[in-house]
Amino acid sequence: MSNIKKAFERGKAFIAFLTCGDPDLETTAGAVRAAVENGADLIELGIPFSDPTAEGPVIQEANVRALKGSITTDKIFDFVRELRRDIKVPMVFMTYANVVFSYGAEKFISTCREIEIDGLILPDLPFEEKGEFQPLCSQYGVDLISLVAPTSENRIAMIAKEAEGFLYIVSSLGVTGTRSEIRTDISSITDVVRQNTGIPCAVGFGISTPEQARSMAALSDGAIVGSAIVKLLEQYGREAPKYIGEYVKSMKEAMVSPIKN
Amino acid sequence: MTNPNGRFGIHGGQYIPETLMNAVIELEEAYNHYKDDAEFNRELSMLFNEYAGRPSRLYYAEKMTKDLGGAKIYLKREDLNHTGAHKINNVLGQALLAKKMGKSRLIAETGAGQHGVATATAAALMGMECVVFMGEEDTVRQALNVYRMRLLGAQVVPVRTGTATLKDAVSEAMREWTSRISDTHYCLGSVMGPHPFPTIVRDFQAVISREIKEQIQKKEGRLPDVVLACVGGGSNAIGSFYHFIGDEKVKLIGCEAAGRGIDTFETAATIATGRLGIFHGMKSYFCQDKDGQIAPVYSISAGLDYPGIGPEHAYLHDIGRAVYVPVTDEEAVNAFEYLAKTEGIIPAIESAHAVAHAIKIAPAMDKDKIVVITISGRGDKDCAAIARYRGEDIHE
Repeated sequence: MSNIKKAFERGKAFIAFLTCGDPDLETTAGAVRAAVENGADLIELGIPFSDPTAEGPVIQEANVRALKGSITTDKIFDFVRELRRDIKVPMVFMTYANVVFSYGAEKFISTCREIEIDGLILPDLPFEEKGEFQPLCSQYGVDLISLVAPTSENRIAMIAKEAEGFLYIVSSLGVTGTRSEIRTDISSITDVVRQNTGIPCAVGFGISTPEQARSMAALSDGAIVGSAIVKLLEQYGREAPKYIGEYVKSMKEAMVSPIKN
Repeated sequence: MTNPNGRFGIHGGQYIPETLMNAVIELEEAYNHYKDDAEFNRELSMLFNEYAGRPSRLYYAEKMTKDLGGAKIYLKREDLNHTGAHKINNVLGQALLAKKMGKSRLIAETGAGQHGVATATAAALMGMECVVFMGEEDTVRQALNVYRMRLLGAQVVPVRTGTATLKDAVSEAMREWTSRISDTHYCLGSVMGPHPFPTIVRDFQAVISREIKEQIQKKEGRLPDVVLACVGGGSNAIGSFYHFIGDEKVKLIGCEAAGRGIDTFETAATIATGRLGIFHGMKSYFCQDKDGQIAPVYSISAGLDYPGIGPEHAYLHDIGRAVYVPVTDEEAVNAFEYLAKTEGIIPAIESAHAVAHAIKIAPAMDKDKIVVITISGRGDKDCAAIARYRGEDIHE
């Protein structure tokens, strides 16, 4: 059974995204611990990439800050190994196909297994190109997480049928970043998802406020928040973990409390 | 050459966000429909001939031939096309296709500005909105082209991320496309990116080699021995090579930008210094570090200043059908000046990379051998930068 399921066993899951090494790995460790202590159910760790084409300005900048600090894939593997001593919630990597490919796919994916990384999110690896890493992911028991987008339409069923871990529902067109309003009809996507798979689904892209987290989680099994957390790192740097803790707490509370009409 | 999922050997593919998948599928279906459509082809031929000024000349460079004392040199004059480069071939094809698909807005990336100018031109002609993404560094290097695009009614967006050059302009155009798909076509400027772009762009550029073949047969009664073209993403090169791929006696040589040399970090020679990777929607060769971070490449030529190469070139390299050679800034600048003085033709600094290699190989070839160099564009846009390179400050 996928370890990722555990993240969804305590009701609606709050999934926190952080870029490893932004601004340094000590801060990332502090931020992960603060997020977990305050209710984060799954941690999505970004491995920085020089040209993150699916990211908006906030996460692009986080990648730049991390790479300036000479972060490498090996340093991140060591960091996760250390983090796993006390962090027990499921964790996944979010990065780009070239980071995995260039490291050597088998070496990368087998190391994920060894350091207890439960899944991989690769935004530039659509359904048609899954074959690049899927056999190795299956061999080493690392979930290759699929995404569906507002433009997926006739593709949703096909993607959902083969999805593993959880299904990442991209809430809006465009790149990552906070949005004042999410206009996509999420429930029409989740309806098709539910007809085709039993695995949980969570909504990401554009979620920053407790109200958004609550409404998105109500339509799915969880909410993914990245840019809003990364903004706290941009603003507070090494002091960010305590603000991230407070923020995660407010988001998680909103998600588990009933919606008042 | 293309198999159904857009592969050239192991290269190519569709490594793009899910958000764009239906857009590229829709594009592929539309292209497959229109590429054999008589009316579409009639309209495109009309645009090529009446608007862009095709066929472009195949000119016997007699003075250069005599000066080098070896092979006969012909220049394929893509610089004489409307807008001054081969880029218009692809753009007219894609703009017409986009129009048939009901799109009202074109977006594009540009390096030297030639593709941006061509896209802005097609948009003006066809009454479409146009937004061009250009690295901020390149907007400075190619200020004249920025003005031309604006004059043609396009909006030019300077890209400040990364190295603020061509690769960042591509990334930003891709980001823009994911945010606005329904009315927008991404008019990609080279034989790169996700399938079907490398195939579509190649097919529209293949007019270059189709014409060379006819023209050289008429003039010489035989095929050339060597076809030379510069390679960044590789659109003028694949266009120049395509109809000769089956003629194994014709040697195909792509000239990459070595910048300050392939033993330095200031280079953009992908085949010489890159390795296999996945980026900008395709599997191919890329300049990158050991962690797969894309390298901040450098070349004096904004149009060749790209860390990758189109997947079909990567494949032609793998099977040994084409050869790729590095040419430095210094060699290209010398060739730029040489062609101006010898033939009265100022080539684009990109094309000067191909001229530079011809200067190296032609003298040692027999006089009955034939070399065709594709002059992909005109060099007016580069004059200020070359003057600066030579320590002269001129106002554009």
